[in-house]
Amino acid sequence: MDVNQYMGMFLEESREHLQNLNSCILELENAPNNLAVLGEIFRSAHTIKGMSATMGFTTIAELTHEMENILDMLRKSQLSASPDIINTIFKCVDTLEQLVESVATNSESSIDSKPLISKLKALAKGEIIVAAVIEPQAEEIALQISNIEFNDTEIAVLNKARDQGMNAYEVHIHLREGCLLKSARSYMVMNALDEISEVIKTIPTAEELEKEKFDLSFQAIIVASCDVDKIQQTILSISEIEKVDAVPCILPENTAVSAVQQVKKVDAEIVPANAAATMSTNVDKKSKSGQSVRVDIDKLDALLNLVGELVINKTRLEQIGLTHKLVDLVETIEHMDRVTTDLQSVVMKVRMVSVGQVFNRFPRMVRDLSHGLGKEINLIIQGEETELDRTVIDEIGDPLVHLLRNSIDHGIETPEERQAQGKNPIGEVRLIARHEGNNVIIMVEDDGKGINPEIVKGIAVKKGLITQGEADKMETNEAVKLVFLPGFSTAEVVTDVSGRGVGMDAVKNKIESLGGMVDVETKINEGSKFKIRLPLTLAIIQALLVNVSDEIYAIPLGSIDSTINIKSSEIKTVQNKEVILLRGQIIPIVRLTDVLNIPESLEQPEELFVVIVHSGDFKAGIIVENLIGQQEIVIKSLGKLLAGIKVIAGATILGNGQVALIIDIASLIQ
Amino acid sequence: MSEQSYSNSEIQLVVFKLGREEYGVSILQVQEIKRITEITRVPHTPDYIKGVINLRGSVLPVIDLKKRLNLPQQESTEDARIIIVKVKEISVGMIVDAVSEVMTINEENIDTPNAVAGSVAANYLSGVGKLEDRLLILLNLETITGIGQELNPV
Repeated sequence: MDVNQYMGMFLEESREHLQNLNSCILELENAPNNLAVLGEIFRSAHTIKGMSATMGFTTIAELTHEMENILDMLRKSQLSASPDIINTIFKCVDTLEQLVESVATNSESSIDSKPLISKLKALAKGEIIVAAVIEPQAEEIALQISNIEFNDTEIAVLNKARDQGMNAYEVHIHLREGCLLKSARSYMVMNALDEISEVIKTIPTAEELEKEKFDLSFQAIIVASCDVDKIQQTILSISEIEKVDAVPCILPENTAVSAVQQVKKVDAEIVPANAAATMSTNVDKKSKSGQSVRVDIDKLDALLNLVGELVINKTRLEQIGLTHKLVDLVETIEHMDRVTTDLQSVVMKVRMVSVGQVFNRFPRMVRDLSHGLGKEINLIIQGEETELDRTVIDEIGDPLVHLLRNSIDHGIETPEERQAQGKNPIGEVRLIARHEGNNVIIMVEDDGKGINPEIVKGIAVKKGLITQGEADKMETNEAVKLVFLPGFSTAEVVTDVSGRGVGMDAVKNKIESLGGMVDVETKINEGSKFKIRLPLTLAIIQALLVNVSDEIYAIPLGSIDSTINIKSSEIKTVQNKEVILLRGQIIPIVRLTDVLNIPESLEQPEELFVVIVHSGDFKAGIIVENLIGQQEIVIKSLGKLLAGIKVIAGATILGNGQVALIIDIASLIQ
Repeated sequence: MSEQSYSNSEIQLVVFKLGREEYGVSILQVQEIKRITEITRVPHTPDYIKGVINLRGSVLPVIDLKKRLNLPQQESTEDARIIIVKVKEISVGMIVDAVSEVMTINEENIDTPNAVAGSVAANYLSGVGKLEDRLLILLNLETITGIGQELNPV
């Protein structure tokens, strides 16, 4: 069979299903007993298996087959979704992604899926045995079901101990409030327990205890021949112990159920609303996908181009009608105008994509990052249904990854630091998108330690980005913005995650190249907020057309503050630079004739038109000869040959077919 | 040097005039020939870039060929045309004084540009075509348009 013609479809659908797997498994991690999610995961995996088998990609098919086995057992509650299993499934998804990409690039895949496959097989086998062993015992004793999850070796040890006539205890140790050396105390407790019993497991793990990764209390599961009183006495002899509870530990009747309960309890506290929200969006997604058509983006671009043409020609007809005073024509064109406007907005909408497409890969990233850094982070995503032009969507991913990584790495403190400050040990990172006028706002907020302007200044001075004198005069707001300077990195230690010093200025450049802006607000110990403002679309904008000695230029309306009329005598010079005074503000003057090398007309008119524009915090007044009017323009690129010309952002075609250049305000002012 | 690969021994050329000299480019590279339309000047570009035009909705750069080849400037006439050529998938317009004809020339009759020292710098040429009583200067469009090389803003 010739599979090549189906290749594109295979790749696209595989990627979609893999993305779906990623988000569903994350959900499963939060709610391990959610059968609907499991079902969805199972279906996605099954589809990938089927497709890859048909296409002859046996490695992918094999791996998904083994994965499916595990998933099936999860679905039938033969297995519990333990962290180990979740991590293994995540690894499978990662490997599948690599495999699919190697198919896409047609490269020989050097990815070895064998270890994963054997791990999956082991998981499937191992846990079945456990389940089989436990079930008959469950009937014997069912006094109290522990909330603790055991792995098979632990269960084996517990069983053996019981056979030898020893008792298993669940010991809850509470440290006194204000205890300074928590890790030292826990170490002494564990030592004492070791002397009189055999410690099977601690919650949290011994490692975490050592690193003080626990609140005031921890638990230990021990087997001992002595009684409860003896255990309590032993432990209470250590100082700074508030109280000790020891209860006989009974093996849970089914580890799967107990694990589910435990995780569910935690989950319910943290993200109940979130889980519900994501679930409902999933349902929405599915019902929509039934009615959609997959269209090549090139075709959409072509369609948009044609509509752009139509708009241009309509404007031309309008002008003809007006100059020749043809009433009939003008009326017809008014109708056409409405239709073309509608058509244009529909086409623009077709190209719109919800930011969810970019956002949906972040939960996984945040999970992996926070695990790696030993931080607990709750990622809250809002407004993922907000739509943006596809061209913007394609570009916005990297800057957002950067900002999120920064928040997680530099912003959010470790749980201990947070606790010491009386904050919730679980950090919160919010990713919010919403509409605001003709813009879309995307915010990355964290409740971490914030950016210290003094440290920022210090680093900027040290790196020679500003002088000490400049730093002293700088206000807090300005100082924080220094992080956007090229070559700036606040991390004292370069970590894997961020802090290579290429960060923030790259983010800023990217966003500005999309016609957007990025801003930062921060409060020490309360967190930082990065706010990105993006235009809805890059293809059609509102612009003011101006006239400078026979040449017509377009200034994007988004950058215009106002237009004013002044007398040439109102222009003053400060340090040899021309400025005007507008409502008490000094605004530098830009003469287009100078910047654009326009041959100057001889006569200097008394009255001047000034367009006040802004870019970021900078303002400037552009002197023009005449204002022609506001118009919707279709942005065209100048092409490769003329790419990279300063001050010109692109070109547009006017109603009369003439080409007008669009002024790049940001580069004009700076 | 020559980026036109002539598979047949005969090639077809679009012949045009610049001043009194006759030039040719392979017809395979020519997209269309257009009357002079309104050209919008683009600041901060080399002086041989005349500006940009609107070709059915796309914006194309236009090269003043005589300036590019350092030929004397003169008033353009009614016969002046813009030849739109495609080099490496990029369309560029070139202003010429007049387009005269399309002709077929045998490859044997094309000399390497070194053989003739003309008024035009040798690296802009791909060869010289000899006809009975005429000489055709064949242009190397890649070097002329500067595509594939860095554009040096003036």
